[in-house]
Amino acid sequence: MSRNVTVTVNQSEHTCEVEPRLLLVHLLRENLGLTGTNIGCDTSQCGSCTVLMDGQAVKSCTVLAVQADEANITTIEGLAQEGELHPLQESFWEKHGLQCGFCTPGMIMTAHDLLSRNPDPTDTEIRHGLDGNLCRCTGYHNIVTAIQAAASSIRS
Amino acid sequence: MATRIFGSSIKRREDPKLITGEAQYLEDIQLHGMVHAAVLRSPYAHANIRSINVEEAKAVDGVIGVFTGKDFEELPALPCAWQAGGVDNNANTPRVLEIERVTFTGAAVAVVVAENRYIAQDAVGLIEVDYEPLPVVVDAEEASQKGAPQLHENAPGNICMDWACGQEEGTEAALEEADVVVKQRIKNQRLIPTPLEPRGAIAQYSPASEEYTVWMTSQAPHVMRLLMTAFVFGIPETKMRVISPHVGGGFGSKIFLYPEYCLVAALAKKVGRPIKWMETRGENYVATTHGRDHISDIEVGVKRDGTVTALKVKTYANLGGILSTIAPGIPTTLYGRMLSGVYKIPNIYCQVLGVYTNTAMVDAYRGAGRPEATYLVERVMDLVANELKMDPSELRRKNFIPADAFPYEPADDILAGLKYDSGNYEAVLDRALEVTDYKAFRQEQEKARESGRYLGVGFSSYIEVCGVAPSAWVGVGGQGWGAGLWESANVRVHLTGQVVVTTGTQPHGQGHETTVAQVVADELGIPFEDVIVQHSDTLGTPFGYGTYGSRSAAVGAVAVYNSLQRIKDKAKLIGAHMLEASIDDVIYEDGKVHVKGAPTESKTIQEIAGQAALAYDLPEGMEAFLDDTAYYDPPNCTFPFGTHMCMVEVDRHTGQVDIQRYVAVDDVGRVINPMIVDGQVHGGIAQGVAQALWEHGVYDESGQLVSGSLLDYAIPKASFLPSFELDRTETPSPVNPLGVKGAGEAGTIASTPAVVNAVMDALSPLGITHIDMPLTAERVWQAVQQNGNGG
Repeated sequence: MSRNVTVTVNQSEHTCEVEPRLLLVHLLRENLGLTGTNIGCDTSQCGSCTVLMDGQAVKSCTVLAVQADEANITTIEGLAQEGELHPLQESFWEKHGLQCGFCTPGMIMTAHDLLSRNPDPTDTEIRHGLDGNLCRCTGYHNIVTAIQAAASSIRS
Repeated sequence: MATRIFGSSIKRREDPKLITGEAQYLEDIQLHGMVHAAVLRSPYAHANIRSINVEEAKAVDGVIGVFTGKDFEELPALPCAWQAGGVDNNANTPRVLEIERVTFTGAAVAVVVAENRYIAQDAVGLIEVDYEPLPVVVDAEEASQKGAPQLHENAPGNICMDWACGQEEGTEAALEEADVVVKQRIKNQRLIPTPLEPRGAIAQYSPASEEYTVWMTSQAPHVMRLLMTAFVFGIPETKMRVISPHVGGGFGSKIFLYPEYCLVAALAKKVGRPIKWMETRGENYVATTHGRDHISDIEVGVKRDGTVTALKVKTYANLGGILSTIAPGIPTTLYGRMLSGVYKIPNIYCQVLGVYTNTAMVDAYRGAGRPEATYLVERVMDLVANELKMDPSELRRKNFIPADAFPYEPADDILAGLKYDSGNYEAVLDRALEVTDYKAFRQEQEKARESGRYLGVGFSSYIEVCGVAPSAWVGVGGQGWGAGLWESANVRVHLTGQVVVTTGTQPHGQGHETTVAQVVADELGIPFEDVIVQHSDTLGTPFGYGTYGSRSAAVGAVAVYNSLQRIKDKAKLIGAHMLEASIDDVIYEDGKVHVKGAPTESKTIQEIAGQAALAYDLPEGMEAFLDDTAYYDPPNCTFPFGTHMCMVEVDRHTGQVDIQRYVAVDDVGRVINPMIVDGQVHGGIAQGVAQALWEHGVYDESGQLVSGSLLDYAIPKASFLPSFELDRTETPSPVNPLGVKGAGEAGTIASTPAVVNAVMDALSPLGITHIDMPLTAERVWQAVQQNGNGG
């Protein structure tokens, strides 16, 4: 019943034997020990588990590990390069775009996807772009500010 | 004097771990040999449990054990730690697993322990429970009427407590004499706190030392240890260590002792392996506490000139099927006693019936009692303004407690002897009027109405109470809180001059590691980087009551400050000794002890700390080390205030409410870190706006939670909300030496009535004066239709 899944996560390749029903988020968290990706709901609403799969933001609670076979995954742990924070990480810190931090990895990965498609978004476009990610602490005010700051930093 | 960082928006030192995924939340913790628990919950809101068959579940490969309430019969029901003061409380609290009867959908009745979560969840589905369903009641007023289903033998009429404050007779007489009396029924709907991280616990038991270690998603680890050891397990506190790892938001719902925390600890001993239990969001919605859920009838008496003379309130407070840890204290002390608001109301009376219903436990949710009080008072002000055709800002101004009246004792002993500490209510109103250009808005509104557009502006001039204390006032002999409410801190200056502060409070997003370090760095005159703040582990931190009620600065940081004063006193003694000067001739300034008038003859705090730690040459009889623990019990609470204004446009054809502007002018006393305070206000406003417009915890008649998931319960998305405009005044609190008041809940308390008042203002040409929340498009549209002008 078990299957082998090969995934490249944050540039490292892993092959794991998994139950077909195993969720990608559990593969990341429990098989690979990458606990930066969080689980906040059971209905694909909260977006805390958002990761990049082949460059696109997906909710890893809604992807089976077997569906990710041969995929290239980036999680929050893989965003900083050679010890340098990604501009989104820098701007979330700088602009106080997080409080409890639980939604933050998912927020940042979604923002990453958003900015890759729209490098110069309006506030309204950012707000709509975040509709799949919930935050209960910040009222989104500083998240929007942080994403604008990161967009500006990436553009320059 | 060196530059102070108290008052600076320095970046949070918490964040590097949080933005890189390194931070460990409860679910991230893995222990060697750990197994997983999953809980079976009642699908019925009210039922007798006839029998439970666990055989099939036990037979599943990978299941280690299946347990029911009978396996934990020796453990008593959980304690209710805050019963309403001065009255009988017919308390009923949950057991670790219910044995005979359930009183709400989601009550825990059995548990599976298995090698992994998937197997545990599979096996939960195979447990068979034979229930005998009983009649159900979910509405607090209905539950209190004759003939309603009865939930508990010791609570006739489902009444947990019948509590009152103020003066009934005087208030009745003042209502008789009033020129105008306005009456209104106002509902404050049930909310579901919804921190992004659900609850969970991990427990490990050592047979050799008979010690438990329990990790839990808690806002108050010391209190959890106390309640679990002393009241549930009957063991000394020393036999348990409780740790809150990174906690993903709480908003009150993670203050309480829940059955599952005790269950997991008991299972760790029974099974002999470390156990993790993490609730799903679905479980979080049915089994974690809810908030609010009041039905109130108000009568307010006024003179023709707008002077409010009397306020009478009767409230049915829904407490749920069984009591959570501090449930009765919320709709009494933290609600009734705040009903004077920012106004000099000479006659007040409030009766609160705390009622059991077949719903989830109701307890503190961000603001906890104060949002309910503020919502009533601020709706009342608008109802009165509308009745008297007065401008709502002028009516408020007319009734404000004047700035020279502080400390102010609200009428009719409604605050039970305490006084509002400081305030300047006109200043925040004036600032808000200025920022919004109120006069211009009224002109714009007039013009818009002519073209069939409905703009509205809403005010909320609020007060709240933070740093709830003193212990003697709030405690069992007074307001019924079954403990003290002081707070603690230990400051230790190590040999190298590095400072470690441990606190009894527990941050879960508020940034204590940063703000407390700001206080310490300034007081000692040392670099911010040299201060480390540790917390959230009963091993290594002094006992503290935890973080809620916006108390971590107003009580917790003051304990730190008091410790620092004693550290400085001792440093002066050592410094004087090192300088061969008299103690009377030295002062502590900018991180040094120096001889008065001779700043170069000095010893730095680092040199002194080294001397104190090595103890080669200390004053005669002095103990080594700079180390001090303070326990601070404030003489009074603190009372932040402000005025929020919301501008909306309502589409009368669809009922849609569009927030065009939101302006908040808050006064939370002195501000340690403005960026963090702004963040707290933003998040608070979002939660309060959400109550006004979208969120509603709804039970159907059979007691099923129909808003039981994030699909059905509308916490706001980014696109629902505008950006917020913040401003503030700073009126220091005289209660504590830092002058701080508290900022965690102000936004939530203030914003709800501002939004509702704005919508009512928009709809006033249609003769609509009140719609109960949430003001969804459907509700607004229906009100417009029913009003007769809707065509």
